[in-house]
Amino acid sequence: MSKTDLTRRGLLKTGAVAGAGVALPTIFTAQSAAAFTNEPTGGSVTLGFNVPQTGPYADEGADELRAYELAVEHLNGGGDGGMMNTFSSKALQGNGILGKKVEYVTGDTQTKADAARASAKSMIEKDGAIMITGGSSSGVAVAVQALCQEAGVIFMAGLTHSNDTTGKDRKANGFRHFFNSYMSGAALAPVLANAYGTDRKAYHLTADYNWGYTTEEAVKASTEAMGWETVAAVKTPLTQTDFSSYIAPVLQSGADTLVLNHYGGNMVNSLTNAVQFGLRDKQVNGKDFQIIVPLYSRLMAKGAGANVKGIFGSTNWHWSLQDEGSKAFVKSFGTKYGFPPSQAAHTTYVQALLYADAVERAGSFNPCAVVEALEGFEFDGMGNGPTLYRAEDHQCFKDVLVVKGKENPDSEFDLLEIVEVTPVDQVTYAPDHPQMGGAEASLGSCNPGA
Amino acid sequence: MLGLEKKDFRLLMIVVVLTMLAPFILNPFPAESALGETFNAGYPDLMQRFVIFGIFAIGFNILFGLTGYLSFGHAAFLGVGSYAAIWMMKLVTLNVIPAIIMGVIFAGIFALAVGYISLRRSGIYFSILTLAFAQMSYALAYSVLTPITGGETGLQIKSTDRPMLSNLEPGEIGRANLFGMDMRTSFELGVGDWLFTFNSGYYIAAFFMLISFYLAIRIFRSPFGTMLRAVKSNQTRMYYTGLNARPYTLAAFVISGMYAGLAGGLLVAMDTQAGPERMFWTASGEVVLMTILGGVGTLIGPVLGAGAIKYMENILSKINKDILHEWFAILPDGIEDFLVTIIYPFVGKGWHLTLGLIFMAVVIFLPGGLVEGGQRIARLFGRKKAKGDGEEATQSTPAE
Repeated sequence: MSKTDLTRRGLLKTGAVAGAGVALPTIFTAQSAAAFTNEPTGGSVTLGFNVPQTGPYADEGADELRAYELAVEHLNGGGDGGMMNTFSSKALQGNGILGKKVEYVTGDTQTKADAARASAKSMIEKDGAIMITGGSSSGVAVAVQALCQEAGVIFMAGLTHSNDTTGKDRKANGFRHFFNSYMSGAALAPVLANAYGTDRKAYHLTADYNWGYTTEEAVKASTEAMGWETVAAVKTPLTQTDFSSYIAPVLQSGADTLVLNHYGGNMVNSLTNAVQFGLRDKQVNGKDFQIIVPLYSRLMAKGAGANVKGIFGSTNWHWSLQDEGSKAFVKSFGTKYGFPPSQAAHTTYVQALLYADAVERAGSFNPCAVVEALEGFEFDGMGNGPTLYRAEDHQCFKDVLVVKGKENPDSEFDLLEIVEVTPVDQVTYAPDHPQMGGAEASLGSCNPGA
Repeated sequence: MLGLEKKDFRLLMIVVVLTMLAPFILNPFPAESALGETFNAGYPDLMQRFVIFGIFAIGFNILFGLTGYLSFGHAAFLGVGSYAAIWMMKLVTLNVIPAIIMGVIFAGIFALAVGYISLRRSGIYFSILTLAFAQMSYALAYSVLTPITGGETGLQIKSTDRPMLSNLEPGEIGRANLFGMDMRTSFELGVGDWLFTFNSGYYIAAFFMLISFYLAIRIFRSPFGTMLRAVKSNQTRMYYTGLNARPYTLAAFVISGMYAGLAGGLLVAMDTQAGPERMFWTASGEVVLMTILGGVGTLIGPVLGAGAIKYMENILSKINKDILHEWFAILPDGIEDFLVTIIYPFVGKGWHLTLGLIFMAVVIFLPGGLVEGGQRIARLFGRKKAKGDGEEATQSTPAE
């Protein structure tokens, strides 16, 4: 006859065994063995390319993805090596990163913070990505940067021009190679003073969202510093496609200069409207009326067509630059895809290489080691001349280009001409500059996760 | 049991089992295999999204499925719930429970205001009114209310935030928790080549989803639910019998708004940030799609629809050309390139196209949504039951 009575001792024993059994699997999990999030263990390392593939910035996203694929090819030793040959740091060998073959996963940010974070999270949680890069909007960049900080991976920002990314929303795990609104303003002001004089009345039309605000603030501050007067600053809805009702009051205001703090489709439409209204043929206060577009991109210039002729703006990089790095990049990009790269492609390509190089120099994929390797890192040969990754805010400081719509373009890619390469000293600011979140903004400390 | 009929209880138990075992069900392939790397969906973020958008769709279905009032602005309540929740975390405590409660309350109040005005009209006019309110909320959040909503860059918990009830070290960035348990705590179980992730945040969200689901069943089966079906069937006839339908529709509107607020609060609890995009009109349209895809007026349908759409958004959209080439690498070059060229437009950035095709197929061939598909398959393979039997278990018969 079998007894099934439970004794106290028996129960304790069973409980202990069952408890150990439940706890056992935790010992063998990947988490407990790793020193940081997604430590690459095999012969390969995964990078996450999170770009807008649908939505308003899909064109930029597609170009970014091309650049990333090119970067991976070069890192793995394929192709002609591109900027790896001109890069001042020689740590990269063309054998992947730290001998591990570079693999990548892609995602679609849809230019929405939620979708971008979901996509980045899946790269981190599912695909084991060690670094996330990309994006084509400041809202997305700030959101994904915060996510990477929490998760303990590195974020190399793509196209994001708002001051906040490395200003008040800066994070220790996040880095930006692209320039920002402040730099646009600082670079433009002297050129504008030369071309149009120091006695002008400016009228701002500003896209009603965060990037518009920081750009308006930056351009206002730098033009007022050289003597310009700001007559009015009007916010326009982001969804606006016809700006004629905003253009009409400009002429009555007594302003002789119009600043369009617009980007993408907004800028294409507002500039077209302004030109159609004949603003550029007008004379106000005895001066020719002028229009300025603080942030230019080739894709926008293409959209605005002949209307951009002679209009000043700033840009991070342009394919007609004649330094060795730019030439090498344009050559390998052009060979592979048949057309020159955009500034979005350039900045993301450089970011991918800079990350890989930082890992090589640090000798580890640990985010904190990478942060240390990138902070205060000076390099050259990636276009834009000598560049510094500043330690205080993880912003790259380099020459900024002031460009002008070309009067007689040779091809559909040759729409902008470089007017001046503004030296880096002119666009440098203090890390606690009021436009950058003031003294309160801080990077926090690096987070390796796990 | 639990005040439910046997069939409903069985359905609830099936949902309980499915949600609890989701990490197994969603990771059917070995982690390192090509199929696993692409199609496994059992990672915390996506599982959380499944149940949270499930809640959103269940709530929407209480309004749309029962009363037939098609709201095109429910994302606004999701957004209001999110903003309320994140402010609660920034100001008061990092515990997620008060944040979620605030999300529900604020969304409820906002839904009361919007519903009070919008429900004066019916049909397309009602839809357009709700759409207008939602777009207005989006525009406010995106620009005008930037000091409160953070504008385009949204709101996050920052190192300068000092919630009153949480003792944070200076400079420390607070993290959402449930009485000290981090939402991101995961337990990984490796069985052979398989890897299953059990995430605390997911189970908290799943717990809320089960409660929501249970409440929805009770509402569907209550006299109140019957009244809502009567509204859908013929409102004029109701007025003639001396019944004023508006308090009922308004109650349904507020309840579904609170469901949306719960979903918004949970989104913040799982991932501490809120941005205006989640209020954009396409987000409102998405929940309509989820409900219709799954099966309008059914209990389980909206959850299935939410799962299907989120799966495609997160999994299909990540398949790129390289992955396709990998799949077909064993085939001869010509065929490989041909297959990749054929399939590529439907995955990656073309995932919307696949979604559209599936949606069309469902609307044309399965008017009852995925639920009807499931029922047809069950009828094909299962025991040949009397026709009405299986239907009642999940589908509430339309009132018409």
